[in-house]
Amino acid sequence: MFTISVLVFLIFFATPGVNPAARIAGRSATPAVLAQVSKQFGLNRPLPVRYGLMMFHLFIKQDLTSYVNIGDRIIPQITAAAPITLSLIFGAVVIWLVVGVLGGVLAAKNKGHFIDPLIMFFGIAAISIPVYWLGQVVLLVTQGHLHTSVFAWVPNGGFVPLTQNPWEWALHLLFPWITLASLYAGIYARVLRGELINNMNEDYIRTARAKGLSERRILYRHALRCSLITIVSLFGLDVGVLVGGAALLTEVVFGLQGVGWLTYQGLQNLDLPLIMGCVMYGAFFVVLASAVVDVLYAFIDPRIRVVTR
Amino acid sequence: MSLDSSTEPILSVRDLRVSFSTRQGVVQAVDGLSFDVGAQEVLGIVGESGSGKSVAMYSMLGLVRDANVKIEGSVRFQGREILGLSDQAMQSVRGGEVAMIFQDPMTALTPVYTVGWQIVEQLRAHSDMTKRQAHERAIELLGEVGIPNPKSRVNQYPHEFSGGMRQRVVIAMALSCNPKLLIADEPTTALDVTTQAQILELMGRLQATHGSSIVIITHDMGVIAEIAHRVVVMYAGRPVEIGPEIDVVRSPRHPYTWGLLGAVPRADVKNRRLVTIPGNAVSPLDVPEGCAFAPRCQYRMEICVQRPPLRGYRDHLDACWLNDGQRVAIRSSLTHRGEA
Repeated sequence: MFTISVLVFLIFFATPGVNPAARIAGRSATPAVLAQVSKQFGLNRPLPVRYGLMMFHLFIKQDLTSYVNIGDRIIPQITAAAPITLSLIFGAVVIWLVVGVLGGVLAAKNKGHFIDPLIMFFGIAAISIPVYWLGQVVLLVTQGHLHTSVFAWVPNGGFVPLTQNPWEWALHLLFPWITLASLYAGIYARVLRGELINNMNEDYIRTARAKGLSERRILYRHALRCSLITIVSLFGLDVGVLVGGAALLTEVVFGLQGVGWLTYQGLQNLDLPLIMGCVMYGAFFVVLASAVVDVLYAFIDPRIRVVTR
Repeated sequence: MSLDSSTEPILSVRDLRVSFSTRQGVVQAVDGLSFDVGAQEVLGIVGESGSGKSVAMYSMLGLVRDANVKIEGSVRFQGREILGLSDQAMQSVRGGEVAMIFQDPMTALTPVYTVGWQIVEQLRAHSDMTKRQAHERAIELLGEVGIPNPKSRVNQYPHEFSGGMRQRVVIAMALSCNPKLLIADEPTTALDVTTQAQILELMGRLQATHGSSIVIITHDMGVIAEIAHRVVVMYAGRPVEIGPEIDVVRSPRHPYTWGLLGAVPRADVKNRRLVTIPGNAVSPLDVPEGCAFAPRCQYRMEICVQRPPLRGYRDHLDACWLNDGQRVAIRSSLTHRGEA
């Protein structure tokens, strides 16, 4: 995380042509005003000192403020945005796991039947469609002409906290969930199908057949169980990245003011403290997710468990 | 070998033919295999890689799951035809009355479950034992196959066992439901030599105590001599010699068997060169019309373009056109040179 913070800092401050003081002071600022602004924001001090100050404000005093909306603190903004992102990702995760695993199993089971290529076609289609485009189309369909008839039940966008009204919460997020989940469902279905078909050719599956187990049990208890190892490692990283703000496109398209949206705002305004806050938050979840994956890994794959005998 | 000829064989295979249709044409993997396995008998099936011995066994049990396979002939197990049984009916036969041991113990067990779990799974698939009973039985079985400390080993995962120990686990699992017939597909090939001897010794001992019949597939004549009562020698999917172990090993009749036996190192003959059979095994895509071994045979004659029938004296049969006089002459010249 330290490395990431230094990198982000350097990208924005050491890059020639980017002068935060000019952004803050406005377009028609005189050199005197610029100097004044530089001094006020501490931009005239050496880089390492500025880095140290920013980290100090971000992590220790936790009162880092925005360059753009002066006086706005960064941390409350992120903590306000996080539940929205988490809600979005939670629902999407449920949808993509259910759809992805079902699709993968169904395709692997029906290998050689028309169902398999059909599912795989939908999978590749879901992967190929860009999220921003799919999001716009979903919005167009649900909020356009049909909003008065078929999709009258779809809310006009926005977000309702889960604690306030769970039903409205789910209703508001339903289409963002589907939009975000489609890409991952496609990936997971394809990966799982491949894993399952590989595993079904393993020797231990032949042993399981020779034991007189039913095909069902062989598929679910033996092949699927071993394929999950791959899925879990994929899953942990995906969720980490998403919680960390990678759902940016979905959030922006649907106007959900989550961490991704916040990052997007920060980038547009070159608001370095905001960007730094969002990146640190994201990096934290990526690291957390890989730690969780490692623990889960040991749980589902006995081969990498540490022998403590 | 103390076979009572009046008792019905446990397994009776008649004219088994297995073919695969591939893009290159039809591959006849097994071509007219017939044999019987008596009660408590150990039958060895020997042949080099690709001779169809494993495929024959797998197809008998419905373990060949290729859409392009065609299996013909008759396989009767305890008097009941099992070829063409439904998947469901086969499931109760497999693992219950007929068990199998595979070549590579390193990959034969599901890596994510404890060995105990896997034995319990099989026990519970074929009996109405409770989990606790099955677990106790699993511990007993592991002890029986010579795994030290079975009480704690039962809760370990396959990767915590060595190759030889894993093969013991596989054997324990195969024997768990007291099968009438055990099919062992090269059970010692993937193991090192000392472990091989231990596993063979174990199989012999268990066969004596459990009274199962065994079909053991191997390419190693040494294994045959060690454990088998009767032998089927296969080449290119066809049986070329069948007979009691002692007859086939001491007085082999088919030139291919001579080659196989010549390729086994012997401690009692000094400075003997190992004999190799010239050429490679025939491609199953173009097995010759006549004798499949003819292209590699040093004694081939004009008649060998016709397929030789399986014939012989009493229970020692072979498929070769050489007459007795020719065989005696060839064998004595080989012995003279110290080759066979």
